[in-house]
Amino acid sequence: MSDRYAQLVRSRPGGMLARRVGLPRPEALERYRAGDPVIRGRVLLGDAPGGELLEALVGALGAARCELATGLDASSPDGDRVRGVVAAAGLDATVFNPEAGGEQRFKGLVFDATGIADSTELVALHAFFHGSVRRVERSGRVIVLGRTQADCESVRQRTAQRALEGFTRSLGKEIGKGATVQLVLVAKGAQQAMDSTLRFLLSPRSAYVSGQVIELSSPATIADDLDGLDWERPLDGRTALVTGASRGIGEAIATALAREGAHVVGLDVPALADELCAVSKRLDGEALELDITAADTPALLAERFAGGLDVVVHNAGVTRDRTLAKMPTERWSELIDINLSSQERVDDALLEAGAIKAGGRIVCVSSMSAVAGNAGQTNYATSKAGVIGRALALAPVLAERGATINAVAPGFIETQMTAAMPIPIREAGRRMSSLSQGGLPIDVAEAIAWFAHPASGAVNGNVVRVCGQNLLGA
Amino acid sequence: MNARRVAVLGGNRIPFARSNSAYANVSNHDMLTAALAGLVERFALDGELLGEVVAGAVLKHPRDRDLTREAVLSTRLAPQTPAYDIQQACGTGLEAVILVANKIALGQIDVGIAGGVDTTSDAPLALNESLRKLLLEANRTPGTLGRLRLLGRLRPGQIVPEIPRNAEPRTGLSMGEHCAVMASEWGVTRADQDELAARSHQRMADAYERGFFDDLVTPFEGLDRDQNMRADSTPEKLAKLRPVFGGEQGTMTAGNSTPLSDGASAVLLASEEWARERGLPVLAYFSHAQTAAVDHVGNGNGKREGLLMAPAYAMPKMLDRAGLSLDEFDFYEIHEAFAAQVLCTLRAWEDPVFCRERLARDEPLGPIDRERLNVNGGSLAAGHPFAATGGRIVATLAKALHERGSATSPARGVVSVCAAAGQGVVAVMESAGA
Repeated sequence: MSDRYAQLVRSRPGGMLARRVGLPRPEALERYRAGDPVIRGRVLLGDAPGGELLEALVGALGAARCELATGLDASSPDGDRVRGVVAAAGLDATVFNPEAGGEQRFKGLVFDATGIADSTELVALHAFFHGSVRRVERSGRVIVLGRTQADCESVRQRTAQRALEGFTRSLGKEIGKGATVQLVLVAKGAQQAMDSTLRFLLSPRSAYVSGQVIELSSPATIADDLDGLDWERPLDGRTALVTGASRGIGEAIATALAREGAHVVGLDVPALADELCAVSKRLDGEALELDITAADTPALLAERFAGGLDVVVHNAGVTRDRTLAKMPTERWSELIDINLSSQERVDDALLEAGAIKAGGRIVCVSSMSAVAGNAGQTNYATSKAGVIGRALALAPVLAERGATINAVAPGFIETQMTAAMPIPIREAGRRMSSLSQGGLPIDVAEAIAWFAHPASGAVNGNVVRVCGQNLLGA
Repeated sequence: MNARRVAVLGGNRIPFARSNSAYANVSNHDMLTAALAGLVERFALDGELLGEVVAGAVLKHPRDRDLTREAVLSTRLAPQTPAYDIQQACGTGLEAVILVANKIALGQIDVGIAGGVDTTSDAPLALNESLRKLLLEANRTPGTLGRLRLLGRLRPGQIVPEIPRNAEPRTGLSMGEHCAVMASEWGVTRADQDELAARSHQRMADAYERGFFDDLVTPFEGLDRDQNMRADSTPEKLAKLRPVFGGEQGTMTAGNSTPLSDGASAVLLASEEWARERGLPVLAYFSHAQTAAVDHVGNGNGKREGLLMAPAYAMPKMLDRAGLSLDEFDFYEIHEAFAAQVLCTLRAWEDPVFCRERLARDEPLGPIDRERLNVNGGSLAAGHPFAATGGRIVATLAKALHERGSATSPARGVVSVCAAAGQGVVAVMESAGA
């Protein structure tokens, strides 16, 4: 599973060789360790004139204890406006003037672009990022905030706001150094619910997430108990069901949720009982040896969680690759049943029984194949695209209950499955992304922990790829 | 007890010279004596017994114990005039003025002189520390044999003297390097620094041309104007210089930083009664002062602050006490240790974050009218013999206030001087009409 190429080019001679020949040089990505600050380094904050998120943004970054910097443009009153907001929030912030030279470096760049209402105003992106982008440190974070299309008030505003997507996706491809770039579209009324998303995207938890567009909808209710939220253990006292938890990505998900404080109930087929029990024991959780496709499983789960379930992660899934012409019916049907239909049955049963609590979180694991398509995987991509459909369709239904559903679409993640790939395909999978490397199971798990977060009520009906901005289907 | 008003009657200095140049062979004692002697002559103080004379030097030889008293004895002041030395880096001169002014205000003395002197040419070199220890030990050892045995431990390396370094003891960074950090933190551009520097030279040259310094400067050792001053300085010429602090990306050059300099200055302060008795006009009153220090090392509970940012803290304290706001001055005399230091300080006072976070004020102190800043030039043009700068500024401002102010429309000025070790001194002066 080890990425020998990455190890080679991170050595001095290997790096020199790769640089000469022009080979990709994957950066060693920073990853979250318990107790880490949200972001280790300064965050440069800016906005386009007329932006509406600044106060909320400053509040969220301040609460996350980010060290701030703001641009200083003496010629426009706007530089002072940003500093005025920072000052009013009682925060400190250093000054950045790209024309002044110096050695200033930033771990994060955060830009509120909601004020851009016309294509002519897009130049504000250039003004902010032109002088700052090369000062981004390794594993740096860039976040642009825009408005959801539905909340744009004119054709020109919609045009300009949609344009942001091309900007962030391209910047993600050129920024390098293990840095990531995201666009967060904030609906009107959702600005008070940005905290968990900003923290996730700024932190090393989002190491392998780049080039994504995330929509924050105005949540039906911003849970009242967030005031006393322990950001180190946000899932304390909550119960999470993780299917396919015995190994690989599922095990990482269970581990991450347990780290966040959840009581994790792992589910897997009886054939993997030993592994499942080991995971559950390690996490001080529970094991359910069940076949997710069995007829009585939905009812059993509804009964088991009659007391209320906070988080459901539909991770269990299989591949049964074959080109369609050579694929027998059972290879198709079995996979669709495991990967998609069983999820529908389980959720229906849980929802009917009222087992999903208000503020509950359903997370489905989709795949990059569902977005990009993949030869030999018509069955798999169909099931995983169906998973995305489920997330989109169920989101408004769950929103009424204060609950959410989201899907994560992993790209090339280093697992036993990818280790078994032929070398050329494996290498192509690793390198054909902005980060030039495969992700780790924990990267998928961190994204799921963000979806599952009690403060993520505004994150609903999103499909977020954890793919290092893979070139496929981007 | 009511405090008396303190009158600034005038000042005198010798032209400031560049290091290892015109004053290479004169000592601190010579220069301070020359500055005092010129003042004595200008104000006919022959044989006068003054309340006291206070001065100091930053770079001082060990033999210059009581430097100021010795200088007094070399002038025609009454030899019974007491004197003492102080040292607060570049704040020395202004702090000396504050000390003399306070004694006058309290009625402890009626008249005094405050001044300062420094040489970087005739700088003290100390014995190599290990040689010094060895010699001291030899001194303690009884018997010739024992001493000879000790001297046998002498090594060639111990002959190299200890050279005074322009570095902060606790950070190891020179003042310029510290200021480069500040410039970067405050986003100060090279162009702004060069413009400030060029303006300093041009304004000081103009002031010399119109005779402003005729009764403030006494020629010395062949110099009649500050040696560093370049009347033809322009931002374009300054833009050609290479950065000397802050690495290749740096913005600070030899042109927008003060050079090492030699020179001395002195200011005559007195009570109103004393001035009236002698028929001496009062140029200005020295009315408020404040000293502050910052944690430039970062050992305290708060945040580490830029080495030369202390005046930014001293100013609001003084303004609050004086009941004044920053825009109520006709003149701003801000010591130009580095153009970047001035620009960082001005920016800090305009900055809502700094003023809220560091100064605990709801509103920024605000911008100043740059046309009122260092109108007769500053340290970038004059040079900066550390302890002599305060006296230069106080005398220059007093005269400018006297020229500007009238009984109906008094003028007001403010002084700001940054100093090594994270300190800063500020003061308010008002014209006689005030």
